[in-house]
Amino acid sequence: MIRDITLGQYYPGESWIHRLDARVKLVATLLFIVGLFLVDDYPGFICPVLGTILVISMARVPVSYMLRGLTPVFFIIVLTFIINMFMITGKVLVYLGPLTITYEGLQTAVFMALRLILLIVGSSVLTLTTKPVSLTEGMERLLAPLKKIGVPAHELAMMMTIALRFIPTLLDETDKIMKAQMARGADFESGNIFARAKSLIPLLVPLFISAFRIAQDLAMAMESRCYHGDVGRTHMHVMKLAARDYISIAAFIIFFAAIIFEKIYF
Amino acid sequence: MEEIIRVENLTFEYSTDESLIATKALDNVSFSIEKGSFTAIIGRNGSGKSTLAKHLNALLLPVEGRVLVGGIDTADSSKLWNIRQRVGMVFQNPDNQLVSAIVEDDVAFGPENLGIEPAQIRERVDAALDAVNMYAHRKKAPHLLSGGQKQRIAIAGVIAMEPECIVFDEPTAMLDPSGRKAVMDIIEKLHDKGITVILITHFMDEAAKADRIIIMDKGRIALDGTPQEIFLNADKVRELNLELPLGADIADRLRKAGIDVPQNIIEAEEMVEFLCRLK
Repeated sequence: MIRDITLGQYYPGESWIHRLDARVKLVATLLFIVGLFLVDDYPGFICPVLGTILVISMARVPVSYMLRGLTPVFFIIVLTFIINMFMITGKVLVYLGPLTITYEGLQTAVFMALRLILLIVGSSVLTLTTKPVSLTEGMERLLAPLKKIGVPAHELAMMMTIALRFIPTLLDETDKIMKAQMARGADFESGNIFARAKSLIPLLVPLFISAFRIAQDLAMAMESRCYHGDVGRTHMHVMKLAARDYISIAAFIIFFAAIIFEKIYF
Repeated sequence: MEEIIRVENLTFEYSTDESLIATKALDNVSFSIEKGSFTAIIGRNGSGKSTLAKHLNALLLPVEGRVLVGGIDTADSSKLWNIRQRVGMVFQNPDNQLVSAIVEDDVAFGPENLGIEPAQIRERVDAALDAVNMYAHRKKAPHLLSGGQKQRIAIAGVIAMEPECIVFDEPTAMLDPSGRKAVMDIIEKLHDKGITVILITHFMDEAAKADRIIIMDKGRIALDGTPQEIFLNADKVRELNLELPLGADIADRLRKAGIDVPQNIIEAEEMVEFLCRLK
């Protein structure tokens, strides 16, 4: 059961957005988020909303699949909405016992919820259309200039690569240990939260030990394949921007300019 | 013949704080490996065979004695990457030696570390994957492959570094019979292509495929010779608690019963053929 998990939420596809360079998508997503925080009134959302709809339709990721990824953060959106709605003072619309809903509160609540939804949907396009491996690679290349000021770009990327590679291995290991302990009468499913947390000890201790054993084996294998950090290291994949990437960059610049223009003049 | 590896009076002990009597994992071991040869090193658990393997590409350094790879002392840290490029190593656990979540990226890992040009890495990766019959799986994630397939990827990762010699440290110990066969076939194919192969194993039938067998016992070399020479010494092999290949075992028993069996019979099929012709 554990074998066919997909990591992250990558949705396989061959769309224009899928085939964009990971670096372009990363920078665009970051700027998009900055753009969302520049927006300070409702008309300002026209541009981001249209842009998001355009990108999603181009990525050809089913909307239902996208929304499924949103369910974990749905709670946060609702919570911020409620807090904003009740906590901001102003012209009172409704009395609910000791609580009041104000006009200003309602306005801020809707505004904030809209910003949060756009933020999450927008950034999820990145993870939906980019393989975790390409993301890692893109991040390494983007951070490369920062190596001079001591940012361990290569080391971070290598850690992510190894994490991505070994999450399924460790899940397998967890499954094995769990079954072994259940065969000896361990009970992982009953009792209150404390009893359950306690019952995880016989699972976690062997799991940690085996994680260290795997790490030792891997370190030895990496060393015997001449791994010695990123000094003098090359990459098989050459990341080169294609026509598609330049067109997208141009389109994004226009989009971002539109947000700023709206903020200044309206 | 030119020699590629030379081991001189190698002694190694794992440092332990508890026992004052340090047990020697390797005790005064000397031998040399010829270029292009296929040597099997066999022994029971704890005989020192894996410790020996780790000395051949400087993963471990001798406490006494020395190891030379192509004339370079493994203790010379300035030549470390040169040594490891020349002597590749495939380990026992197929899961724990793959680095990347995509097969072809993993195979590229070694050449990338060597600083090879991207276009050339691509060529090497494709050729290496082809050599282990895994080209069709190049875009897959390793965790979706079988043990034997993963082990073949690990071998491809070493081939892509274009080593002169590959040390296989019990590569089939964790595989099922079909995976074992696929991996052994590739090892033989690599030897045919001229790569020096050193196979550490505890399966005698795998060792029988080599040109030379070194039997390790308690950190020393107990026997060293061609498979024929080794199996003629059947009593000594049994004494070391190792099993003979079926053909060689029956041959030895028949000889003791007074039947003249040729020396070159090692595999079961060869024995069957001999018996059918025996009047």
